[in-house]
Amino acid sequence: MTHISATVDGTHRQGEVEPRLLLVHWLRENLGLVGTPIGCDTSNCGACTVLVNGKSVKSCNVLAVQVDGAEITTIQGLASEDEWHPVQKAFKECHGLQCGFCTPGMIMASVDLLSENPNPTEEEIRDGLHGNLCRCTGYHNIVKAVSHAAAEMSGS
Amino acid sequence: MIPSAFDYVKATTVDEAVAALVAAGEDAKVLGGGQSLLPVLRLRLNNPSTIVDISTVAEIRTITDEGTSLLIGAGVTTDEVANNPLVKAHAPLLSMTAETVADRAIRHRGTFGGSCAHADPAGDLPTAAAALDCEFVIAGPGGRRTVSAADFFVDFFTTAVGADEVLVAVRVPKMDGYGAHYEKFNRTAQAWAIVGVAAAVKVEGGVITDARVALTNMGPKPIRATSVEAALKGQPATADAIKAAASSAADGTKPTSDVHADAEFRSHLARVLTGRAVATAAGV
Repeated sequence: MTHISATVDGTHRQGEVEPRLLLVHWLRENLGLVGTPIGCDTSNCGACTVLVNGKSVKSCNVLAVQVDGAEITTIQGLASEDEWHPVQKAFKECHGLQCGFCTPGMIMASVDLLSENPNPTEEEIRDGLHGNLCRCTGYHNIVKAVSHAAAEMSGS
Repeated sequence: MIPSAFDYVKATTVDEAVAALVAAGEDAKVLGGGQSLLPVLRLRLNNPSTIVDISTVAEIRTITDEGTSLLIGAGVTTDEVANNPLVKAHAPLLSMTAETVADRAIRHRGTFGGSCAHADPAGDLPTAAAALDCEFVIAGPGGRRTVSAADFFVDFFTTAVGADEVLVAVRVPKMDGYGAHYEKFNRTAQAWAIVGVAAAVKVEGGVITDARVALTNMGPKPIRATSVEAALKGQPATADAIKAAASSAADGTKPTSDVHADAEFRSHLARVLTGRAVATAAGV
């Protein structure tokens, strides 16, 4: 067992883990943060996307021991105490989901994209999210939601 | 899917990593960004007894300007290679190729050195490294050695890096004055190349004076299209001349057939994509 500690959604968390434990399993099973789903478990679908030190990663494709000392943000750490994150609001406003399974990863990948490119074109949004698969929507409303969030966040 | 149990060693220096590999024996694996290794572990395609984690070794995470070349640490991420100003200025073929690798999340953790050491025949970065005549700095128990790209890539998932060695850095010759392009044919939801072509072309006074062309997934390792390179030199930078030269792109290759493309279609793609890559690199 290896001791790890990390800041997860603003809270200091630590524990003893087996080196083979995946980050997504640490989040879900050890810390109870089940807002991050396991989709494909092959690193294709992006449903398990979280931010590690501010950048998107697929948490099924990282060992928990590799995030020792890191700052992690999951979908459950995005909202402030009394208000949703603008990207969360935009997904609701634009109905950027149907079944909702891909939504946590889709929102985290969108937050990551907008942190680097605050005003993406439709093409840049589609390219920026191509590592996140949605089997319901056909992506149209997801793209609209990210555009809407970008406009809200830049105040236009 | 859960990997088999393994011993975990977090190395803080290259020497520590080499010592850990020597101590662990033949079935140890090096963990960098883990974006190729983790899927292998989860699917239990490989069950190493020991994982040596080099992801936080400071020496391998820097990009150094050496004058006529850039020394890119093996742990520099694909995202950094895509966006680093030095790489964009002096090795644009590499930064352009890096931009096409997988997706943002994978690029944030996957590394240039790791992609080369993994040596997936469908990998993009090894092809760019082959086109640019990169050199690979490898550390082992006997010290460090440097291996050319031609000798580094050996076969499917096989490189010159021994079981007790670590890839430390990749030396990328500066290609100032060359136009560059990486052209890839892939399925939208997966960025693995069905076929890819990396091209760096120097055009002076309307004439192609040098050309580097390398192919992805047209064999077990990156292949230099030497007949295309020879055919391009001295030719005018025109669409017709480039198309004629590209017609030999698949000569001498033995691509595989799989669910995505059979060998004949891959050969067709190599010719078409070579024409596009060279034309774009030459500004035609």
